[in-house]
Amino acid sequence: MSRENALVNATWAEEHASDPKVVLVEVDEDVSAYDKGHIRGAVRLDWKSELQDPIIRDFVNKEQFEKLLSEKGIANDDTVVLYGGNNNWFAAYAYWYFVLYGHADVRLLDGGRKKWELDGRELTAEVTPRPATSYTASEARTDIRAFRDEVISAIGSKNLVDVRSPDEFSGRLLAPAHLPQEQSQRAGHVPTAKNVPWARTANEDGTFRSNDELTALYAEAGVDLTNDTIAYCRIGERSAHTWFALHELLGLANVKNYDGSWTEYGSLVGVPIEKGA
Amino acid sequence: MCGATSGGPSVEGIDVAKETVIQGVVVSGGEPVSTGYARLLDSGGDFTAEVPLSATGQFRFFARPGEWTVRALVPGATGERKVVARQGEPVDTQVDVTV
Repeated sequence: MSRENALVNATWAEEHASDPKVVLVEVDEDVSAYDKGHIRGAVRLDWKSELQDPIIRDFVNKEQFEKLLSEKGIANDDTVVLYGGNNNWFAAYAYWYFVLYGHADVRLLDGGRKKWELDGRELTAEVTPRPATSYTASEARTDIRAFRDEVISAIGSKNLVDVRSPDEFSGRLLAPAHLPQEQSQRAGHVPTAKNVPWARTANEDGTFRSNDELTALYAEAGVDLTNDTIAYCRIGERSAHTWFALHELLGLANVKNYDGSWTEYGSLVGVPIEKGA
Repeated sequence: MCGATSGGPSVEGIDVAKETVIQGVVVSGGEPVSTGYARLLDSGGDFTAEVPLSATGQFRFFARPGEWTVRALVPGATGERKVVARQGEPVDTQVDVTV
């Protein structure tokens, strides 16, 4: 994967607006944002009710993903362009799902919903229906997803990249500051993790920094990108954003997203935790 | 916007004693701005959170005591305001944006 075929800009999206084989998909934390206005023709994915299993803490399985995409009118040979709020956090999270389940052509709209709005581009509340398809997913890839035992065994050996804000990394905050701070888990970070906040990979308008800037960022943070890397955050969406930067933009194959992230690790009994910067 | 409440959103339903709330409104030419974003930066300038503005230009963050900067991004303009947050005493601020 490379920057050229993982990322599209707004002009590309507008030029392909009437292409029936290009599907824009909006994924937001605030799922009501789509109702207020979305890019014309875009379908909505609800990261919580549609991408998460309703009972256990896990994401949807292969059959659930196939059913979801079929109902959304997304075909295997469609080009899927994901975008959303929060600087594309949840769109990147959905992107990671699409790659995990083997979708051939998936891309991210650089800057997401924010840049689109700040540029004054059109948003509409009108929903464009798409006819149902019969989507077939691959078996879930295991080479881009990390589980807790791998994270624990990675302490002191692999790169652990904590992409939360410095205040969350140090334990002074338990969640991003747009959310209430009452949480059950412990504060801090996985020992030996380096704090490279996701926001440093992006410009203020939400677009990704250049590959040279990204490479320099991790080098300055002391992350040797030739080693295996596991990215984590609080619930796995911001680390999906960093996974996208490393795996898709820089083309590094040895990068995993730990979607259990701090809400899992910080609740485990007996695992080591570091606090402070 | 005529009739808009000045300052940040209502704190009803929030445990203000436990939280360190920073909230307010983004205005341009004295009027709330309904399209845009508010970013919360820590004392080192690092991004900590971002929220879209409400229809009445309002925003809210849950931070920790200390010095922060609220930076507003709206189409064609930006603005920022430094604030000092304290637990149990919601900060209500106004951020003016200029082109």
